[in-house]
Amino acid sequence: MSQNAEHIVDHFDLFKQPDYQDMFKNKQQCFENRVPEIEVEKGQEWSKSWEYREINFKREALSINPDKACQPLGAVFAAAGFEGTLPFVHGSQGCVAYFRTHFNRHFKEPSSCVSSSMTEDAAVFGGLNNMVDGLANAYALYKPKMIAVCTTCMAEVIGDDLDSFIKTAKQKGSVPETFDVPFAHTPSFVGSHVTGYDNMMKGILTHFWEGGQRKENGKLNFIGGFDGYTVGNLREIKRLLGLMGVDYTVLGDGSDVWDTPTDGEFRMYDGGTRLDETRDALNARATLSMQAFSTDKTLAYIKEKGQEVVALNCPIGVNGTDRFLMEVSRLTGKPIPDELKKERGRLVDAIGDSLSYLHGKKFAINGDPDFCLGMAGFLLELGAEPVHIVCTNGNKDWQAKMQAVLDASPFGKGGKAWAGKDLWHMRSLLFTEPVDFLIGNSYSKYLERDTKTPMIHIGFPVHDRHHHHRYPIWGYQGALNVLVWILDRIMLELDRNSSDIGKTDFSYDLVR
Amino acid sequence: MSTDVKTRNKEAIEEVLAAYPEKSAKRRTKHLNVYESGNTECNVKSNIKSLPGVMTIRGCAYAGSYGVVWSPVKDMIHLSHGPVGCGHYARGGRRSYYVGTTGVDTFTTMHFTSDFQEKDIVFGGDKKLDKLIDELETLFPLSKGITVQSECPIGLIGDDIEAVSKKKAAQIGKPVVPNRCEGFRGVSQSLGHHIANDTIRDWVLDPAAGKHQDFESTPYDVTLLGDYNIGGDAWGSRIILEEMGLRVIAQWSGDGTLKEFELGSKAKLNLLHCYRSVNYITRHMEEKYGIPFYEFNFFGPTKIKESVREIAALFDESIQEKAEKAIAKYQPQWDAVIEKYRPRLEGKKVMLYVGGLRPRHTIGAFEDLGMEVIGTGYEFAHNDDYQRTTHEVKDSTLIYDDVTGFEFEKFVEKLKPDLVGSGVKEKYIFQKMGYPFRQMHSWDYSGPYHGPDGFAIFARDMDMAVNSPVWKMTKAPW
Repeated sequence: MSQNAEHIVDHFDLFKQPDYQDMFKNKQQCFENRVPEIEVEKGQEWSKSWEYREINFKREALSINPDKACQPLGAVFAAAGFEGTLPFVHGSQGCVAYFRTHFNRHFKEPSSCVSSSMTEDAAVFGGLNNMVDGLANAYALYKPKMIAVCTTCMAEVIGDDLDSFIKTAKQKGSVPETFDVPFAHTPSFVGSHVTGYDNMMKGILTHFWEGGQRKENGKLNFIGGFDGYTVGNLREIKRLLGLMGVDYTVLGDGSDVWDTPTDGEFRMYDGGTRLDETRDALNARATLSMQAFSTDKTLAYIKEKGQEVVALNCPIGVNGTDRFLMEVSRLTGKPIPDELKKERGRLVDAIGDSLSYLHGKKFAINGDPDFCLGMAGFLLELGAEPVHIVCTNGNKDWQAKMQAVLDASPFGKGGKAWAGKDLWHMRSLLFTEPVDFLIGNSYSKYLERDTKTPMIHIGFPVHDRHHHHRYPIWGYQGALNVLVWILDRIMLELDRNSSDIGKTDFSYDLVR
Repeated sequence: MSTDVKTRNKEAIEEVLAAYPEKSAKRRTKHLNVYESGNTECNVKSNIKSLPGVMTIRGCAYAGSYGVVWSPVKDMIHLSHGPVGCGHYARGGRRSYYVGTTGVDTFTTMHFTSDFQEKDIVFGGDKKLDKLIDELETLFPLSKGITVQSECPIGLIGDDIEAVSKKKAAQIGKPVVPNRCEGFRGVSQSLGHHIANDTIRDWVLDPAAGKHQDFESTPYDVTLLGDYNIGGDAWGSRIILEEMGLRVIAQWSGDGTLKEFELGSKAKLNLLHCYRSVNYITRHMEEKYGIPFYEFNFFGPTKIKESVREIAALFDESIQEKAEKAIAKYQPQWDAVIEKYRPRLEGKKVMLYVGGLRPRHTIGAFEDLGMEVIGTGYEFAHNDDYQRTTHEVKDSTLIYDDVTGFEFEKFVEKLKPDLVGSGVKEKYIFQKMGYPFRQMHSWDYSGPYHGPDGFAIFARDMDMAVNSPVWKMTKAPW
């Protein structure tokens, strides 16, 4: 009897019981045509070798466990940061089910987004009718203040023209003529989710800014980029800008919609950048983006409109935050208050307290382009050594920039930036040139299991750890969070490696 | 009382329809109904295109072919052919459990993709596919075969994946199975199941009919079909089938292998869990190989006992005897679970909205715990699913096919159930609204729920959802 009502076991323990284990064995032996264990072991050992690594890195057509998503995911994320905005994805409907699920699993929050549900007839005749009916239905049911349209690869391959479709839909009365329907073409076969974010952000700004006459008002625009920590990060940024007394607009503020309360009400829309603010953002003196690779075209557009633009690379840590605050100060003329100097000092204090556990530790990092740059930058100032940095959606510019950051520090000497490589490449790197710790998103957990490299979950998506997205990784406070996550894992590892009674009782220290 | 409930549920339907533009209301009205007892139909239309812009919960044919049917086949490599997103989102989320050395002889939780770029769209992807299969062979020589899962662009750019698959299969000496499961085909996941069933038939099952001549059959050889081993469900079912003396020669497809697909035609009886996703291949096996099928339900003791006895009745007395023994073995465990949990759950009302079979199959398990299902519906059912549903639902049950986000929210507000069971896209919405919720696709990362041991976990989980103290704190006390 496997279950006891007083102590019910689920999959974690149930299948370890002998009756299930015997059943597995019998199935494997009699029906599976399983590869003999010795061959599996041989294959496994070979996959850890330099020889395998070389073959692995010769791949030209095959991608294995790529660490990137597709454009419309980023577009949906960008759109969700605006007041009352319903993201609308023109194309096949399954994509939207995937995007929503992806965000549900990361934020543990609802994700509202509709599809124009194109099927085979639309593939032949185009998706105009889907756009006309889709906008009408979405407008009637979900009462948005704005519908932001992007595309799936299906609509892109057949060449649907969003601009003319939306105009036609308005003529047919799907939504009022004056209703805001910004759009962006977001083909999945170009770039990644960060490209989609960029395209949608640019699309929304273009919608509100075109035809407007810019009158500079001295304000600062702030753009976060595609960011799994948007909830914690944007709240922290707003606190910092508030402390400095800066008059600012966050463009794409999803900090509330991705963190709604459980109080009996479902808020399909919550917070977000107001539409009038978005329109007015044209008049700002400057725009600061926290993630250059996520806002490339957007910033070029803003610059073209006459604003100064500053692009950072997901600044994490002391120097990154210094740079951010100094840029804000320079752009706005507001001094950095002493309170922030004190916060800075507290972060430096914490790093100093913990340096002996960090200094010289080797790390691998995978993630989005800006995240990799910011994270590696922080490790370098901790005296840790970033060794393998894998960025599937990084381009040549990223690789050059990342390599330059590594080469500029004595702690980055052995480090290498790998643009366009995937997590199966990373697996080979970790086997052939092992490191002490791995920083990555949930997909990296398979690397931790395969290579036994202890992993710290930081990035996007994080499906298998809860609530970290509610904490900032930006600002001095954010860096402190990241520092603590890293230290917790390092010290857990020290305890685990010294807890074998009678063998390694020493080193199992009460005080660390 | 039933009249009141009926009136309320009819009102609920009228109210949601009023919010739609006229043309859409006309279409949606056909998918919503209140069940009248004695009726052999639910009287809802199904398997029809979703309306654009309404927030359908459905997925696509790729999700049905790759995500549901093929990806659990653990010793084959399943290629997401096209742009990077689909396979990235689908990866590892389904919890289709298996035992194997991932990356060496087992591949289910890995993401293989041709990561289409613009040039592949312009010049076609056949050459890339050809080369990619060579690379797969080099890096994963122990794989048993490859399936090609088409994403949207493949069918639009005129690629000939069948030709490439045939050529490469001959070269590498392993099956290469092309699936035309582009996401725009059909109206939901359902067509993907059908496409995958057809490729199993044409590229694996029938070609292998003469293979494995040395396989020694027994009169008790059965298959376990349409169980994807979510949280170990298929294992939860297999154990009692073995205890009743049957030999499960193939699991399709949870924890499944290529060989088990090849052995399929040697079964004496096909046992179907998810009718929707495997009925096509099962009917083919009945016609071509004379293998009868039986649809069983292993959720909760009442249904398990009923199914076990009906299955046993198809075999000889030795099986019937062992079946009774197995039931007797588990009865005290089930009684103890019911004794513990029924008082906590008695009379609680449940609304469901799930996929293939759970909107009807789980009703018995809820009833074993004294709970009542007052509303149910399917993402991608066909009419035969709704006909089968009439055996399980009570009078006045609200039926909603391809429910939209808007409708589901309004229905729950109106019917005020004690528990909502649906997917992750719905979970956080209803929890915000203060309704206890369980994910009924992924079992909310728990499971198994199938089989004799699964019921205890099912009961424990429904109790923890309904009776968690958190739901008493949703309103501030001031």
